Amino acid sequence: MQASAFQIWTIIIVLGIGTFLLRWSFLGALGNKELPEWVLRMLRYTPVAVLPALVAPLVVWPAATNGETDPARIAAATATVAVGVLTKNVLLAIIAGGSTLFGLLYVLG
Amino acid sequence: MSPTPEPRPDHRQPPADAASAKALARSPRAAFFYGITQALPFLIVIIPFAVLFGVVATEAGLNVRQVMGFSVLVLAGASQFTAVQLLQDNAPTIVIILSGLAVNLRMAMYSASLMPWLRDATAKQKAWISYALIDQTFALSIQHFERHPKLTINQRLAYFAGGALVLCGPWMLSTWAGATLGDAIPDDIALDFALPITFLAMIAPMLRTTAHLAACFVAIAAALLLAGMPSGLGLLIAAPLGMATGAVVEARTQPRSEA
Repeated sequence: MQASAFQIWTIIIVLGIGTFLLRWSFLGALGNKELPEWVLRMLRYTPVAVLPALVAPLVVWPAATNGETDPARIAAATATVAVGVLTKNVLLAIIAGGSTLFGLLYVLG
Repeated sequence: MSPTPEPRPDHRQPPADAASAKALARSPRAAFFYGITQALPFLIVIIPFAVLFGVVATEAGLNVRQVMGFSVLVLAGASQFTAVQLLQDNAPTIVIILSGLAVNLRMAMYSASLMPWLRDATAKQKAWISYALIDQTFALSIQHFERHPKLTINQRLAYFAGGALVLCGPWMLSTWAGATLGDAIPDDIALDFALPITFLAMIAPMLRTTAHLAACFVAIAAALLLAGMPSGLGLLIAAPLGMATGAVVEARTQPRSEA
């Protein structure tokens, strides 16, 4: 990581203020205004779009293997998603993914 | 964790059932303690997630004060992880901030959903609620407010405060525990993969509809295609593409009469 302390604190403070304003927006400033239907629609899909987009390259080209696709990490990601979809349980999905990863890393050396 | 609430407070509800009568009879103090007990199960996810953030952020090179800065000032797990990941990729500051805010956009939706129920709170109370408005406090309070529409504003505020105390306090403490513990964890443990696994585990249960699946698929495809772009930029393009896809698919699959 090359970031300076100044850069890190800038990120923390601006992200903190920005996040607060997002949370405060309707409670505080926008009051009774109704959100347009299309905005609500887009907002509904933020988590399922942003988080997978962030994660996908990390799964396919992990930094830990210098960007080389790693069977253990692909299998762990698959196990996490499969258990998450089937059980709807976040914790079980994490356990499934974690144990698959460590299990395979151990077996494959 | 991806509630899609459209609250319509209806004060002409039929007479309350037994559970509702009980909720309505609570003093604000009792409502506060009820909020606490209702929030406790969420700690099973919050505590490990916060410890993990402390560990990962420390391993990335942040000092304890910076790690705590994230958990106290930002107080939004997914965006904290996102920022730390992009810091590690040496992404530009502005890209990191925009990505973190993109992850937190859903909070505006929470704010809009709670607004009809908390309209009568004072400006100061609204500010505190906004500060503590995380996925779990939102999920808890919106279901409680909708279940018992006749609660007074003080009962609602007390319930929210109870939940917020139980969820936000441990988030900060556990982050600190993780950050202090971080140095003790050997480097050869595959911690790089903690973030992907945690995020995938959060997302998978949300993939309930065709629209969610489409949004997720397009976002992933775009992120992989754009992976060659300067760090973080691909995300800022891929995510809106996914969101738009979800919105379009939803509009097509849902009859227009359904509000």
